[in-house]
This record gives sequence, structure tokens and C-alpha cells, in this order.
Amino acid sequence: MGYTLMILGLVVLLPLAALVLRASGTGLGGIWSVATDPRVGSALRISFGTSFLAALVSTTFGSVVAWVLSRYDFPGRRLVDAAVDLPFALPTAVAGIALASLYAPNGLIGSMLSRIGIEVAYTPVGILIAMIFIGLPFAVRTVQPLILELDREIEEASATLGASRWHTISRIVLPPLIPAVLTGFALAFARGVGEYGSIIFIAGNLPYVSEIAPLLIVIKLSEFDYAGAAAIASIMLVISFATLLLINLIQAWSRRRFGHV
Amino acid sequence: MSDRVVNAGLQPSVTPVRPPASVVTEQRGVRWLLIAIAIVFLALFLLLPLLTVIVEAFSKGLGAYAAALTEPDAVAALRLTLTVAAIAVPFNLVFGVVAAWAIAKFEFRGKNLLITLIDLPFSVSPVVSGLIYVLVFGTQGLLGPWLIDHNIQIIFAVPGIVLATIFVTFPFVARQLIPLMQEQGTLEEEAALTLGASGWHAFWTVTLPNIRWGLFYSVLLCNARAMGEFGAVSVVSGHIRGLTNTIPLHVEILYNEYNFVASFAVASLLAGLALVTLVIKSVLEWRYSADIAAGARRH
Repeated sequence: MGYTLMILGLVVLLPLAALVLRASGTGLGGIWSVATDPRVGSALRISFGTSFLAALVSTTFGSVVAWVLSRYDFPGRRLVDAAVDLPFALPTAVAGIALASLYAPNGLIGSMLSRIGIEVAYTPVGILIAMIFIGLPFAVRTVQPLILELDREIEEASATLGASRWHTISRIVLPPLIPAVLTGFALAFARGVGEYGSIIFIAGNLPYVSEIAPLLIVIKLSEFDYAGAAAIASIMLVISFATLLLINLIQAWSRRRFGHV
Repeated sequence: MSDRVVNAGLQPSVTPVRPPASVVTEQRGVRWLLIAIAIVFLALFLLLPLLTVIVEAFSKGLGAYAAALTEPDAVAALRLTLTVAAIAVPFNLVFGVVAAWAIAKFEFRGKNLLITLIDLPFSVSPVVSGLIYVLVFGTQGLLGPWLIDHNIQIIFAVPGIVLATIFVTFPFVARQLIPLMQEQGTLEEEAALTLGASGWHAFWTVTLPNIRWGLFYSVLLCNARAMGEFGAVSVVSGHIRGLTNTIPLHVEILYNEYNFVASFAVASLLAGLALVTLVIKSVLEWRYSADIAAGARRH
């Protein structure tokens, strides 16, 4: 017990306290002036906005993937199931250079897309692609166990009572899945906001266009602007904690409403 | 994942009279459409990047590939990555087991808060994880002046890299073991203690065998992250070639120098590690799903 608290304190709490201390050293006014700096503001907007979109895409396709993996049997299902975790296992820098070279104007996908006038690499779309990659496993893995737990007898009952399959899906199957889908969304969103390695290669990192907040922290640090870096970091942390709190609220609500997470 | 195995085995006996399959599933066409969407999406987003790494790495032939891996800076980066993992993973292994033990087997107030705090590094951006150590140990940091006086360097040196790696991989083992040990309860340990075993003896002969697959599983994931961490390490490393460059950082440097073949060659090592991790992980999940349990869904 004492050991647990000591290590936790030394490794996690002390450094985080240093961040809070440093940020509060500049005062709320200082943080506000950093937050309203146009370059910081645009980086935060890009990080949070793109991550929101990416989480939407990840959750939509992730739910389809989770459904297919848990309900249908097809050759190679286990392989596909294992592959979903690839973004967890693949180091972000490796994912970053692979995505960048795929979507570069002379890359395999990039060249096809640029022929129809879509530029991905070195634009916010590139950031979106990387964030979808990173967020996908969260979306799949939070929904999948719930689909497996669904009681199929209720679906049978619904069908016996004359409901069409679509009616059963939208009225019986989907509602209990919603909390898990929302949790997956929040996790993918939080991960996307903080993501660094897989984005910086494909993003091009143009200030005001495709520069993300974590990169701006790195830039501030390399300029030895510790206070500025700490201010951006604390703004990001506050928003992340709010997201985490939201996840917990969703889960508490779903426990009350459906009796499980 | 355990549920699927159990469900598949139970279904026939639970519903002896099954209605026609079409009632509880979609039409054939819809089914294949959804499968097609899922597979195309995954192939585009997951498989293609992985293939790119391998194709690019070997695009100039085996000779260039081997040269990139045996070059002194690459070897030094590999050695550093292995060293860092060799310190960070055992550290988190011991912490994870002790923390999970304390949380699962004893009752005390503030348990949920403790779990949340252990979980914290998962929800912090990697860059911020590195930043907080710079704020403590950097030249302008809290302990900076004291460290300079005593000629100790942590940031832009190996200790900083180890610390940042420990931070980002901190929750892996504990998060996996806590639900597992809570599920197993304390009955078996109590029996061992009643029969006269010492606490230490009970841990080695009762608790540890019960959690061994879950433990192995979590160490595997912890190790993959420790060796592949980029953001946090990048902030504290200082990118000194041959000294504080880990494999992921070396990949970045080579890529930014337009040395793509070498960059992808080095990256292929990490991709290989990821593949091996995934394969072992999947095998563990299929064979010992009950011993691993649903556990940590967030990695």
C-alpha cells in the first residue's frame, strides 16, 4: 500500500504537480493570454475539431466493424479481429511515416486522390486520416463486448411479434449499445487530441493550417518557453479531464439505465 | 473476448428450438455488404500502412536494408531502446502487481480515486507526459538548479527517457490485473494462510499462478509501448545521435533527412515487434481468454 502510493506519487503526481505549479506561476491571466494567442488558438481548434470529426468516423465504421466481427462468421474473421488492435501495437512514428508516404502526392493513395483533386498529405485531411487510424481500436473494442452480451432472445421475441429486422435493430439492438458507442467516441476523441507521433509526418505542420496543439508544445519547449508550453499543456489537460469525467458520467448513467456498462 | 467463446459454446443448449436464422440476422445481401465495408475500411486504414513499411524498407534491395540496420547510429539506437525497456518494463511489472494486490485484496477508502490516478497516464498526451518531466528536471525546472549543482543530467539523457517511458506505460500491468484479481477474490489466499502458509508463500504459490497469463499479456503490451513510445521520449531525449536516440526517434531523424529506405528499414523492426506482439496477444486471448478476462479495454 505505502509502496503503491509512493511510486504513484513520484512517477505520476509529482511531475503533474510541477505542471500545475508552472502554469499557475504565470497566473490565469498568463494562461489566458497564451490561449488567445492566434497561433495557439488555431492549433487548439485544429486539434479538437479534427479529433471530433475523426472520432465520428472511427465510431461509425468502428461500430460496423464491431457488429460484423461479433455477429457474422466469414473466412479470416479471427485475423481481421486481431488486426483491429494494430494501431495499439504499432509505434506511432512508424504509423506516421507509413501514412505520410501512402498519402503523399506521389504515394499509392495520394497519387490517386490528387488526380481527382483531393490533397491529403500536408493538409488538415492528413491529420484526420492519422486520427482515424489511432482512434479506430477504441471505437471497436468498447462496442464489441456489448454486442456479444446482447440477449438474442429479445431479438427473437421482437421478430416473433412481427417487427421487421430493421425495426428490431433500431428499437431493440441499438439503444443499449449507445453508451458504449459514446464511450468509444470519447476515448477516440481524447486519444486524437493528444496524438503526436502519427500526425506530425503527414500534417506538414503549417502554422494556422495544419499545426496541432501537441506540436506547438514541442516548439515552445525547443524555444525554452517553458511557461508557454505549460500553459498549452494545462489547457489540453483540463479539456481531457472534462472528457474523462464525461465518460464516467456516461458509464454511470448507462449502469443505472441498462444495468451494465 | 471471453464472452464470444463462451457464447459460441452455449448457444445451442440455451436455445434448443432456433427460429429460422433470417429472423435474428440481416438479409444475406446486407450481411455481405457490411462485411465488405468493414474489410475494405480496415484494409485501407490498417493493412495498407503496414504493407507500406515493408515494401518501402526493401525497395532498394536486401543490401540497403541490412546496411541501414547495421549502421552504428542504428545499432546504438537499438541498444538504447532495449536498455530503456529492460528498466521500464520490470519497474512497471513490480508496481503493477503490488498495486493490483493492494487494490484487489484489501478494502480501504479512496480506492476508486487511486485507480483513476493510476489510469491517468493513459489520458495524458504523450507530449505532455514528456513535458512534465522537463518541468521537474530541466534546467529551468523545479529541481533544475540543484541537479546542475550536483552535475546530474536527467533531461536530454538516458534517465529522462527511462522516466518518460515508465510514465506512459505506467497503467498497463495494474489496469490489467486489478479486475482479474478482484474477480478471483481472496478465498484461495485465505485458505492458504489458514493452512499455515506465510503471506509471501501464498503470493508465490496461489496468487501468482492464478494471474500468470494476465500478467504475461499485460507485460507484452507494456513492452510494445515502451519500445515504440515516440512523443514523450522525443520531448525529453534531446535527439543526440548515438547517445539519446531510441529506435522511434531514429526513424524520425532518417525520415526528415529524406533517407526513406533507411527510415523504413529501421521502422520495419518496430513493425515486426508490433506484429509479434499482436500474434502472441491473439493466441493468448484464444487459449486463455478466461485467465485474461475482459480487463483493460483501454490501452
